Amino acid sequence: MSMITLKDIRHSYLPLPVDDIDWALKEMSVEWQDGGAYALLGPSGCGKTTLLNIISGLLQPTEGEVWFGDQNVTDEPADARNIAQVFQFPVVYDTMTVYDNLAFPLRNRGVDEAEVDKRVREIGAMLDLSETLAKRASGLTADGKQKISLGRGLVRENVNVIMFDEPLTVIDPHLKWVLRSKLKELHQRVGATMIYVTHDQTEALTFADQVVVMHDGNVVQVGTPVELFERPQHTFVGHFIGSPGMNVLPCDIDNGKVMFAGQPLQIAGTAGSDVKGRTEIGIRPEFVSFAEDGIPVNIVNSIDVGRFRIVEAHHGDDSIKLLVPEGEGIPADGAHVRFDPAHTRVYIDGWMVGGN
Amino acid sequence: MAVKSNNQKAWLFVLPVVLLVAFNALIPLMTVVNYSVQETFGNNVFFWEGVKWFEDVLHSERFHASLLRQLSFTGIILLIEVPLGVAIALTMPKKGFWVSVCLVLMALPLLIPWNVVGAMWNIFALPEIGLLGRMINGLGIDYNFTQNPTAAWFTTILMDVWHWTSLVVLLAYAGLRSIPDAYFQAAKIDGAGTWAVFRYIQLPKMKRVLTIAILLRFMDSFMIYTEPFVLTGGGPGNTTTFLSIDLVKIALGQFDLGPAAAMSLIYFLIVLLMCWVFYTLMMKNEDQ
Repeated sequence: MSMITLKDIRHSYLPLPVDDIDWALKEMSVEWQDGGAYALLGPSGCGKTTLLNIISGLLQPTEGEVWFGDQNVTDEPADARNIAQVFQFPVVYDTMTVYDNLAFPLRNRGVDEAEVDKRVREIGAMLDLSETLAKRASGLTADGKQKISLGRGLVRENVNVIMFDEPLTVIDPHLKWVLRSKLKELHQRVGATMIYVTHDQTEALTFADQVVVMHDGNVVQVGTPVELFERPQHTFVGHFIGSPGMNVLPCDIDNGKVMFAGQPLQIAGTAGSDVKGRTEIGIRPEFVSFAEDGIPVNIVNSIDVGRFRIVEAHHGDDSIKLLVPEGEGIPADGAHVRFDPAHTRVYIDGWMVGGN
Repeated sequence: MAVKSNNQKAWLFVLPVVLLVAFNALIPLMTVVNYSVQETFGNNVFFWEGVKWFEDVLHSERFHASLLRQLSFTGIILLIEVPLGVAIALTMPKKGFWVSVCLVLMALPLLIPWNVVGAMWNIFALPEIGLLGRMINGLGIDYNFTQNPTAAWFTTILMDVWHWTSLVVLLAYAGLRSIPDAYFQAAKIDGAGTWAVFRYIQLPKMKRVLTIAILLRFMDSFMIYTEPFVLTGGGPGNTTTFLSIDLVKIALGQFDLGPAAAMSLIYFLIVLLMCWVFYTLMMKNEDQ
């Protein structure tokens, strides 16, 4: 077990990448602390699986180095890296029993049968597979098969990292929660680094201590769920995390003053005076409220989602969403909204500026 | 209680299939059954014989010999073509330009008519002028498939392997291509070697297509007629007279309709039985 460091990694699936768009992964350096629970979050096609396969060694990065602890493993194949990976669709060896499936990675490495038996029974018990050990793996349900995939990773001692590539895709909704809690429990018991790839923010935020958000081949932010919620470093993070996502509204910056709807806005931190590029403010619906005065809006829509209502209001062409707690009224005509200054952030060309 | 309404219109929809099956299978088969229990001396006059022809065929040494030759031939070509086909499919490229080239090359022998294959190989293997025949003789091996039974068998088997291994290759290749990448990635992480990958991933995943390949090759080779007929004519002597060649000799050469019909039915039942056995064995552990 060791810390995993990606140094100046870049990857392209093309033989001769030229443009920015040719790179599936743009240049990045990421550190994964030993024993951490990470989620790799991003929409489909953003490079999550590519990054995962580079860590596992199934893919050689076009540029950059992969370090496990103080060892450079960039050129090592997947089987030499002592990692485990659970794939989107369950991979089990159909003709083998559950027991043989779990024993397979150990037998391939020439571990003696007594040790194999001990490990398999231990991991089988840990994953609640003890009763099915003698059954053929192909007869199990999808969640059972995913447990086997995971088990084949866990039987080896001291795996450096266990990676999950959207492992709950084919699991029934009512079992997803069960399996997710199991993973969390295992993380505490085994203490191995875990990286969980998903495009589902709920999965990411419940599983991980640290969430790595990816967008278009870039890592846009690494942070705890709270950090991602309160201080999205990029408008994409604001959009992608939270339900509904952050309001991103065009604004003007004039001598360090942020102007929206013809009014100066108070913001968290400072905007700086010498500003070039596209300027926007970001404010989460949670921090927008109706007020006596402020920004005049027309209310166009209201959806009741239980404990609160999601209200959509328009100011000119800009749409602003806000959350109104249950029991609070929605003003009829001449409504105004106000932004909580502590949570109003300024973005230039998508990236947050000013104080944190 | 609701009155159950009887609507007989559905029969109309079934009728075309019934007619098709009748004309295409049942009626021809029944005429054979008809011949198999009667004796005729021409002029469309028939005498009832019961199961005499069946008893005769089952006790005939000639039939036993043809059946044995047939079983040996089918067994040998299956033992060669299936492993060879799988091996070729495993070495074929997975993507890119060469995939199409390989597939077309593989499909070529399958497109050649049976009698042309027989004629091609007949000329190809002639000891004096054929490329293959001269080469083998040039190596100092006495090779003449028109006179030597071993040479005749060798040539017949080589011809069949050349003609039909492609079918196994194409089926096996399709089976291999349908295995998701994740299996190979998982196997790599699990430290599996080439043999383990073949034994535990590729072979099990190819099981269905290989079952089809074996059944097709079994049926086709068990009923083979044209190619050996053109190549060796069943000779030298009777050494390459397989069941269908023998059947034609009896039916059309000697015009023994009764014994020929009885033999046809026995032949048919053997094919049916063997297919059922194969299929049951190979699908025994199949899951739902």
